[in-house]
Amino acid sequence: MILLGLIITPFVAALILAFIGDRRFAPAINIFCSFLTLMAAVALAIEVYNHGPIIAGGKFFFVDAFSVYLSVLTAFVSMTTAVFSRGYMQREREHGRVGHVRMRFYHAMFQMFMFAMLLCLLTNNIGVLWISMELATLSTVLLVSLYRTPNAIEAAWKYFILCGVGIAQALFGTVLLYFAAEKVIGEGGEALLWTNLIGVSGSLEPTVLSLAFVFLVVGYGTKVGLVPLHNWLPDAHSEGPTPISAVLSGLLLNIALYALVRCKVLVDGSTHTHYAGNIMMGFGIVSIVVASFSILRQKDIKRMFSYSSIEHMGIATFAFGLGGSIATFGALLHMLMHSLTKSSIFFTVGHACQMHRTQEIARIKGLFKGDPFVGWSLILGAMAIAGMPPFGVFTSEFLILTATIKDVPLLAPFILIGLGVAFAGLLRKVQYMVSGDVASYFEPIKTARAPVVFHMALVLVLAFYIPDFLNKWFQAAVELLK
Amino acid sequence: MNLQVLAQVNSFLAALVLLTAFAMLSQRKINSLVTLFAWQGLFLSINTAVVGFVASKHHLYISSLLTLSIKVILLPYILHVLVVRLKIRKEVETIVNIPTTMLIGIALVIFSYHLTAPVREMSTLITRSTLAVALATVMIGLLMMITRKHAVTQIIGFLAMENGLFFAATSATYGMPLVVELGVALDVLIAAFIFGIFFFHISTTFDSLSVEQMESLREDN
Repeated sequence: MILLGLIITPFVAALILAFIGDRRFAPAINIFCSFLTLMAAVALAIEVYNHGPIIAGGKFFFVDAFSVYLSVLTAFVSMTTAVFSRGYMQREREHGRVGHVRMRFYHAMFQMFMFAMLLCLLTNNIGVLWISMELATLSTVLLVSLYRTPNAIEAAWKYFILCGVGIAQALFGTVLLYFAAEKVIGEGGEALLWTNLIGVSGSLEPTVLSLAFVFLVVGYGTKVGLVPLHNWLPDAHSEGPTPISAVLSGLLLNIALYALVRCKVLVDGSTHTHYAGNIMMGFGIVSIVVASFSILRQKDIKRMFSYSSIEHMGIATFAFGLGGSIATFGALLHMLMHSLTKSSIFFTVGHACQMHRTQEIARIKGLFKGDPFVGWSLILGAMAIAGMPPFGVFTSEFLILTATIKDVPLLAPFILIGLGVAFAGLLRKVQYMVSGDVASYFEPIKTARAPVVFHMALVLVLAFYIPDFLNKWFQAAVELLK
Repeated sequence: MNLQVLAQVNSFLAALVLLTAFAMLSQRKINSLVTLFAWQGLFLSINTAVVGFVASKHHLYISSLLTLSIKVILLPYILHVLVVRLKIRKEVETIVNIPTTMLIGIALVIFSYHLTAPVREMSTLITRSTLAVALATVMIGLLMMITRKHAVTQIIGFLAMENGLFFAATSATYGMPLVVELGVALDVLIAAFIFGIFFFHISTTFDSLSVEQMESLREDN
């Protein structure tokens, strides 16, 4: 019942928002519906916490610790993003970058995107998982091109084509997976249900699953933004509206990684080797190193932070690939921390860009004097994402690094180099933006502070104290995945 | 006996699908490309119905009808209307010349046979030998997307890939469960809607549908 409410709310919200269009109260409805979704997600989480995994709707839905924690995270970040986007999009309208029709479209598609992501997380059917992943891409393609500038259209086209091709590979992988499963479980929808597959994963044909995983990793890996499949990501994140950058970076990448990890568990169960893990570790290391060096060369602030997203997804992918309880726990924590920190950074960056009417790093300066709140939250956010203590990203990176040094010490230097370079690159550029004199074209705006404060406070608190329920979820998820 | 004839019909249709894939690879006129794409969809649809008959899987008839209505009638129609409305006559030059592309295509077919060998050995279905053709169709679609720099051609390559995937599902497993096939069809429809919008945006912003002009988002700019 709660589950149905959780999945229906964003869908209905999308319809309502498409219907009422660009009214004065549309952003408020957007926030209210996101809030309802969050309440439903929390209620579901409590249920899972008390009674364990839930299978519902004729086995169509399946919720366990792993998916419920991501659902709450998705609902939470989407709500704070809705709060942030109210003021932000209002100003974009005043600046004349969007009109009536596009605002209607923006709100409806925002909720549709939430629906697609939640469906990804809650479904039990790996075919439906693929479909909703594609739906998540399609619902954001036209949001990336919302401003209709040549660059925005180019970015959206790249996003559409590259993710379309990538996700097609994942469908081929899913077909192969179904082929192997059908031999054991029998034909029909039952053979694509994750709960059935995990039970018989030991008897699935290893050669077919190994082949399937190559296609799945290329497919879902494109959406995670793993190097060398990442070309669409910096463009899509930098050219779209900032609230969309925040949810793409903070949520969509997580969901794609979720899909990949679910498939990895099945392949591991079948092959009994470290084959899938090795592939993920390889992609992870390459992503960390390439992305961190790319950060150094960026001139656009949103592009810079999207490369940082690639780096962090690389870390999480690497940790899932490494396996074992510590690394898996670290990866789960890292997904949470990255998502909270990165979306908060994008909120701040959005404010800073609107104050200077540009995304160019060289033209943003003097934030400490211009708007101390934005200045401080930008520098603190950058410190947090670069992995400085006392923020949560440090904790998760530390866990992952510990596990790496224990299991594969030879790879540890690569991660350390990546982290070091990213740290230097980010802080050098951000320091330039916050210090110095206020630019002549600077114009103060009213900022939405609550989302930023909320996110950063959570990141700070979780570094010192992980509450019991979160720990229990993570442990349960680790049991499932390691 | 009857089954053997049907198996041969299946192989024959698979050959036709592959043939249309190669024809698309060599075709430069966009109008003819759309027609070829419709033919490929038709062969696919007939093949699905034949497999449905052989395996007595009734849900395959629904898939076959869906393919017929979406990939043979609706999508080619939309593409045709767009081509006329946007006044696209000739395509820009390909990056790699066409004979070379065809040779790469042949290499991809051989590679697909090699890659699917373990799967074919395990399968007991009469359609198993066509799985390699399906993968080859996917790869050729991909090749087309890489070597052509025109938005419409890229989309047709994308849809040809989708055809290959659908073909893979029917030949490896007698089709995916119905809920999945319906969902995939829905996604294709939404994608068609989106690329239709895109064509207009690209042609009004860049004055033509060649994606070669879209090169401003690079690392070294």
